[in-house]
Amino acid sequence: MPLLSIHDLEVEFRLNDRWVRAVDGVSFSIEPGETLCLVGESGCGKSVTALSIGRLLPEPPARYSGGRIEVEGHDILSMSPRELQRIRGGVVSYVFQEPAAALNPVFRVGSQILETLQIHRPAKATQAEVVRLLGDVGIPDPERRARSYPHELSGGMQQRVMIAMAIATEPRLLIADEPTTALDVTIQAQILELLKDLKQRLGMAILLITHNLGLVGEIADRVAVMYAGQIVETAPVGSLLHAPAHPYTRALIQSVPELGHPRERLIAIPGTVPMPGTWPAGCRFAPRCPVVQDDCRTLAPSLKSIAGNRSVRCPHSAPGSTASS
Amino acid sequence: MPLLELESLQVRFPVERGFFGRGTRVVHAVEDLSLTVAAGEAVGLVGESGCGKTTLGRALLRLIEPTSGTIRFNGEDITHLPAGELRSRRRQFQMIFQDPFGSLNPRLTVGQSLAEPLEIHGIASTPAERAERIATLLRSVGLHADHADRYPHEFSGGQRQRIVIARALAVEPKLLVCDEPVSALDVSVQAQVVNLLQDLQRERGVALLFISHDLAVVEHLCQRVAVMYLGRVVELGPAREVCRRPSHPYTAALLSAVPTLDATSRQKRIVLRGDPPSPIDPPSGCPFHPRCPIAQDRCRSERPALREIQPGRWSACWVEADQLKGRS
Ligand SMILES: Nc1ncnc2c1ncn2[C@@H]1O[C@H](COP(=O)(O)OP(=O)(O)O)[C@@H](O)[C@H]1O
Ligand SMILES: Nc1ncnc2c1ncn2[C@@H]1O[C@H](COP(=O)(O)OP(=O)(O)O)[C@@H](O)[C@H]1O
Ligand code: SF4
Ligand SMILES: [Mg+2]
Ligand SMILES: [Mg+2]
Repeated sequence: MPLLSIHDLEVEFRLNDRWVRAVDGVSFSIEPGETLCLVGESGCGKSVTALSIGRLLPEPPARYSGGRIEVEGHDILSMSPRELQRIRGGVVSYVFQEPAAALNPVFRVGSQILETLQIHRPAKATQAEVVRLLGDVGIPDPERRARSYPHELSGGMQQRVMIAMAIATEPRLLIADEPTTALDVTIQAQILELLKDLKQRLGMAILLITHNLGLVGEIADRVAVMYAGQIVETAPVGSLLHAPAHPYTRALIQSVPELGHPRERLIAIPGTVPMPGTWPAGCRFAPRCPVVQDDCRTLAPSLKSIAGNRSVRCPHSAPGSTASS
Repeated sequence: MPLLELESLQVRFPVERGFFGRGTRVVHAVEDLSLTVAAGEAVGLVGESGCGKTTLGRALLRLIEPTSGTIRFNGEDITHLPAGELRSRRRQFQMIFQDPFGSLNPRLTVGQSLAEPLEIHGIASTPAERAERIATLLRSVGLHADHADRYPHEFSGGQRQRIVIARALAVEPKLLVCDEPVSALDVSVQAQVVNLLQDLQRERGVALLFISHDLAVVEHLCQRVAVMYLGRVVELGPAREVCRRPSHPYTAALLSAVPTLDATSRQKRIVLRGDPPSPIDPPSGCPFHPRCPIAQDRCRSERPALREIQPGRWSACWVEADQLKGRS
């Protein structure tokens, strides 16, 4: 049984007396111990999808207009608040982009971790466990650091504290939403190494959300690419990066320069990312697609399985190397 | 003669001490920094946040006053040029910022925003000439002439950044200082702006000082790169050579931290410990020594100068510079 499975999830927001869909039929699953990267540009629905798993979106303005989310076989969307509480911060923990916003500025970081332990693992709610957790996430001098206030720590250290708090409950799934986006590359590299190490040691699954395709090659087992509220491609990381099937995935890979492989010119994707409420009919990528056909503008393609444990939402796609297109 | 020449530039900010402290302390934002940009050249400036990139960019345009050092533009010392005279030189150097939202006045149409610099510098004198010039500018950045009548909020982030670039180009500058110009844009749109800057540099000969934390973009766009650490240049050289064969251990660590699509092919990553030290009390000796994986005794007490270790390649490190020399 997968640890997490999402089927045809639809999430809408109330905006000026109408419902605007932000997530439109998203399906994917995560096996125990697996790392899945959810990739896409801003506004495509990554965070909304992630928050739906713990049912953390405020309802209203949000509503779940369709689909199912199962964690260890339990249906999240029909759970009582009590049952949800057990899932959040128990089976599933979150790490967000801005640790400074997630930490309480007036309490020492150690006492914030202790509080998490008291709620979810009362038997282990001790100062020693707090110090062990801080040490586990690579914070030097953890006894002293436990007494620090959040503002006394750098962005990288704050993110380590957030991770310590997230793993305090021994989750089976860690959802990390752009955890390194606000950090320098040097600190990003530290956090990535930490996540890889924790995944090894604790055997937890990770859902890593990022707009940066570069991170995918560093940590993912499998990748799901989102565009305009939908998954357009899922594949094991190697085949996705080396033989992307969907024209959007291919274009995304070609539009970023890669260190050590300088090119004469970048291949830009024309136009802009369409926001919810303005998605075009037919294939949503059609107006920007370099290989668009006539039928793309009218027929909305579905996500179809193809060979190699992959799926793709484009009838005209074939896995191909980015170099040859 | 270089277009821009910075000699031993220094920018320090006095800051109040903490609640209980007494007197002021000093942020060493830019220290003893020398750098040139040739006419039509693209030079990248990279380094972790807080290393002084923005301060350097603003100081060289005299948007903030340097504490000491010399700024020469076209051979003329402009370090102490009075404001009135400076204005006439400003035509030649323009700056664009990361945030294309904050850089445009929301109450002005795009056309009005573009007309402003033309008026200030008396470039196109009749309304007809001005309209013609604005249309040409918009087309040169891939927008339409009739976009002139619209307001900034009607445009996407990438389009707005192109409007900001069009406005900077209105005065036909010789140097464009770009401070993280694509960082706030969507990945698929970044390439549009990078390509536009590349065209300006190659086809119109506009020199770029391109400030970025993205080494891959710098390698792609720039001929030379300067790597900054705690206010100083620690490595300088041709961008592709520096990225392929870094000399300074900080450059090597920075490069090795960049995520790549092909992680399996990379050699073992050098993970730097900790954060950069505070520029309020920079470390003695080599500023990088507390995080340097190969630091030696000498590094803790004596600061290595930026030395030319090969023609065109400069490095400020006691150890690596010798090795690179030996290897070549
Ligand atoms: N609280 C909210 N109220 C209204 N709309 C929202 C809200 N949160 C998200 N949305 C909409 O959902 C879309 C997807 O958002 P999000 O999932 O945050 O994107 P991203 O992929 O950048 O994480 C946004 O473009 C926005 O229109
Ligand atoms: N006006 C100011 N007053 C005091 N300190 C400043 C001021 N501007 C920048 N600094 C400090 O100078 C250092 C360099 O900042 P900055 O040039 O913005 O770095 P970067 O652009 O490389 O991130 C930082 O430590 C910053 O906090
Ligand atoms: S001078 Fe010493 S401390 Fe500085 S970078 Fe070189 S080896 Fe490292
Ligand atoms: Mg998001
Ligand atoms: Mg800056």
